[in-house]
Amino acid sequence: MAVGALLCLPLVRVAPNRLVSGEAVSFFTLLHGPVWVLAALLIGLFLLSLAPSRRVFLCSSVVAAAVLSVGLGVLAARHAIQVVQVDTPFARTALGSGLWLAWLLMGLVLADALQALRARTLARLGVAAAVLIPLALLLASGGADELSIMKEYANRSEEYWRAVVRHCQIVALALFFTLVIGLPLGWVAHRYLRAGRAMFPLLNIIQTIPSIALFGLLMAPLAWLAASWPALGRAGISGVGLAPGVLALTLYCLLPVVRGTLAGLAQVPSAVTQAAQGLGFSPGQLFWQAQVPLALPVVLGGVRTASIQAVGLAAVTALIGAGGLGSLMFEGLFSSAQDLVLLGVVPIVVLGALVDGVFKLLIRLARSATPALELAQ
Amino acid sequence: MIEFKNVSKTYGHTPDAPKALDDVSLSIGRGELVVLIGASGSGKSTLLKMINRMEQPDTGTLLLDGQDMARMPVRELRLRMGYVIQSVGLFPHWTVARNIGVVPTMLGWSRERITARVAELLSLFDLDPAAYGPRYPHQLSGGQQQRVGVARALAGDPDVLLMDEPFGALDPLIRAALQDEVKRIHQASGKTIVVVTHDIDEALRLGTQIVLLEQGRILQVGSPLALLSQPASERVADFVGRSDVGIKLLSLQGVGSLARVGAPENAPSLPISATLREAVSALALHGCNRLNLLDVTGSHAGVLHAADLFKHSRMGAQKGIEGSTHHA
Repeated sequence: MAVGALLCLPLVRVAPNRLVSGEAVSFFTLLHGPVWVLAALLIGLFLLSLAPSRRVFLCSSVVAAAVLSVGLGVLAARHAIQVVQVDTPFARTALGSGLWLAWLLMGLVLADALQALRARTLARLGVAAAVLIPLALLLASGGADELSIMKEYANRSEEYWRAVVRHCQIVALALFFTLVIGLPLGWVAHRYLRAGRAMFPLLNIIQTIPSIALFGLLMAPLAWLAASWPALGRAGISGVGLAPGVLALTLYCLLPVVRGTLAGLAQVPSAVTQAAQGLGFSPGQLFWQAQVPLALPVVLGGVRTASIQAVGLAAVTALIGAGGLGSLMFEGLFSSAQDLVLLGVVPIVVLGALVDGVFKLLIRLARSATPALELAQ
Repeated sequence: MIEFKNVSKTYGHTPDAPKALDDVSLSIGRGELVVLIGASGSGKSTLLKMINRMEQPDTGTLLLDGQDMARMPVRELRLRMGYVIQSVGLFPHWTVARNIGVVPTMLGWSRERITARVAELLSLFDLDPAAYGPRYPHQLSGGQQQRVGVARALAGDPDVLLMDEPFGALDPLIRAALQDEVKRIHQASGKTIVVVTHDIDEALRLGTQIVLLEQGRILQVGSPLALLSQPASERVADFVGRSDVGIKLLSLQGVGSLARVGAPENAPSLPISATLREAVSALALHGCNRLNLLDVTGSHAGVLHAADLFKHSRMGAQKGIEGSTHHA
C-alpha cells in the first residue's frame, strides 16, 4: 500500500505550483537561494518512495513531507509579499492548484508512512502539530497576510469569527438534541425489537431526503407553529433561521446515533447480561456497570459519524438563514469570489478533522477500558 | 431446602405449545449435589433457572426453606445463590479480581474482606492471586475462565450454587479436572449444588442425586447407583445406556474398597483414588490379573485382584437395589 500511494509522488514533480491565479507561477521559477532545499527534499521524497519500506526510510519520508508541507506554505506567503512590494500593492496572490495538490499528496504520504510505521496516536498528533503549528504561526504572525484568502479574511474578520461561532453553535445544538433523543431511542430499539423495526425505516427515509428539501419541508410547519403560538416565535422558533436548521440537522444525525447505540448494546455478550442478572445485579447496575462501558466504543463511533456529518451539513443551513460558515461560502459562490468560498470551506474541513480526531481519541480511551471484547465473547 | 410443588411452565401462548415443565414436584435436600439431566428440551435448564427466578412458573410453587419464593425479593434471593453458566459471562472490562469480588461488593463487604476472599478463592482453584487477580478475562484459557466463573459464583458464600451446563464448552481433560474441583468443594463446604448437564458420565461422576427429565417430566430421581442398577423404566435404561451399565457401575466405586492387604506384587500400579473402571482398563491394557495400589504419598497401599473386582461389582449392583429403596 505504501508503494501504491508513493507512486503518486511523481505527480508533484510534474504538476508545478501555480501561485498566481491570473498568471501561473510555477514552483521552478521560484527556485533560488534557500528554496533549493525544498527542491532537494522533493527529489529526496521521490527517491524514498522507490526505497523499500524500512523504518529509516519511512521516518525520513515523514520528516521530508512535513518540512515540505510547511516550506511550500511559507514559500507561497513570501512570494505574495514580494509581489506586493515589487509590483502593485493591489496584486492578489491566490494559492494555486499545485500547492493544494502538493499539500494533499504530502498529507497522503504522511498518513501512509505513519500507517506503515504503526505509529501511536500520540506520535500521529505530534506530526500533525509539527505541520500545523508552524503554519498557524505563519498565519498569526501576519506573514501570510498578503495571500488573497487572508485579504478576504482581513476584510471580514469580524463576520468570519461570528460565522465560526455560529457554525459551532448549530453543530453543538444539533448534537445535543441528537444525543438527548437518539441515545434513548437506541436503547428502546434494543429493548423492544418491534420498536426498532418501526424506527429504522423512518430514520432511513429521513436520511434519503435531500438536505435542502428537508429544510424547505420544515419551514412551513415551523412558521405555522410560530404564528399560532407567538410565545414560541419569541423563543426563537420560526420558519427560517436557527430552529429549522438545528431541527433538520438533528433529524439527519439521529440515524447514525440510534444505529450506533443499538449496535453497541447488541454486541454486549448475552452471557454477560445473563450472568449479571443471575448474580443479582439490579437493572440499573446491569445498565451502568456492564452495558454502558461495553457498548460505549461502538456508540461513540455512531456519535462520531453524526458529528462529522453535522459539521458538513451545517454549511447548508445558511440557505435558510441559520448563518454559520455556510453563509460565507454561499456568498462567495453567488459572487464568484473563490477566495471567499475557501474562507468558508477551509474552516469547515478543519472543524471536521478536529471533531474526527477528538472522537477517535475518545473511542480509543473507551476501548482501552474494555480490552478485547471480541475475544471474550 | 428447595422444593418444587406441581410446577408447570409453557413457552409461547399457542394452546398446542409443548410444555417445558409439566407438573414437576421435586425436593432438593440441604447439602445435596443434585444433577438435572436430560436431552435438550427436557426442561432441565428451565427447572434450574426457576430456583433463582430467572424463569417464573406458570402454575405451582417453589419453596426455599419452607417459604414461598415468589414472595421473596428477587435481588436478595439471587445474591444468596451462586450462578454459573456455560458461556461463563465474565465481565470483559473488569479484572479477574473485580469479577470475583462483584457479589461481595454488592453485599457491602469491606474492601479488606473482599480482597481476602478473592485471594482465598483463586488459591482454591490453583490460580496464584498475585498473578491472576490483575489479569483480564481474555488473558485466561477457557478452563481458567470457568474456574474464575465458579469462584465468582462462590464469592458471596451463597447457600446454593446453581450451575447451568458449566463445563459443556471445555475439552474433556479440563472438564474432568473441574468436575473433581466441584466435587471437592461440595464435600468441603457442604453447600447445596444444582448442576444441569446432558452428559450422563458427568452426572454419574458428580451427583449425589440425579434427576432425569424428559419432555418436562421427571422420569426418575435417585442416586447414581440406583439409576444404573434400578432404572424405573425403559426410557431411563435407554438414557443411562444399556450396553455399558456394568462399566458405569464400576466407575462409581473406588479401588480402595476392594484392596487386599498384601506385599507388593510384580504388577503394574494404580493410585488408590482410581475407580474400578480405571482398574479394569489397566488390567486389560497390561494383560494381568493383579494391580498394586499406591496412596497419595506413592507408598504401597494394598493389592487389587481381578477376581474380586467382578465378584464385587455384582454385589455393588445388589447394594444399589437396597440404596434405591432407601432413597425412595
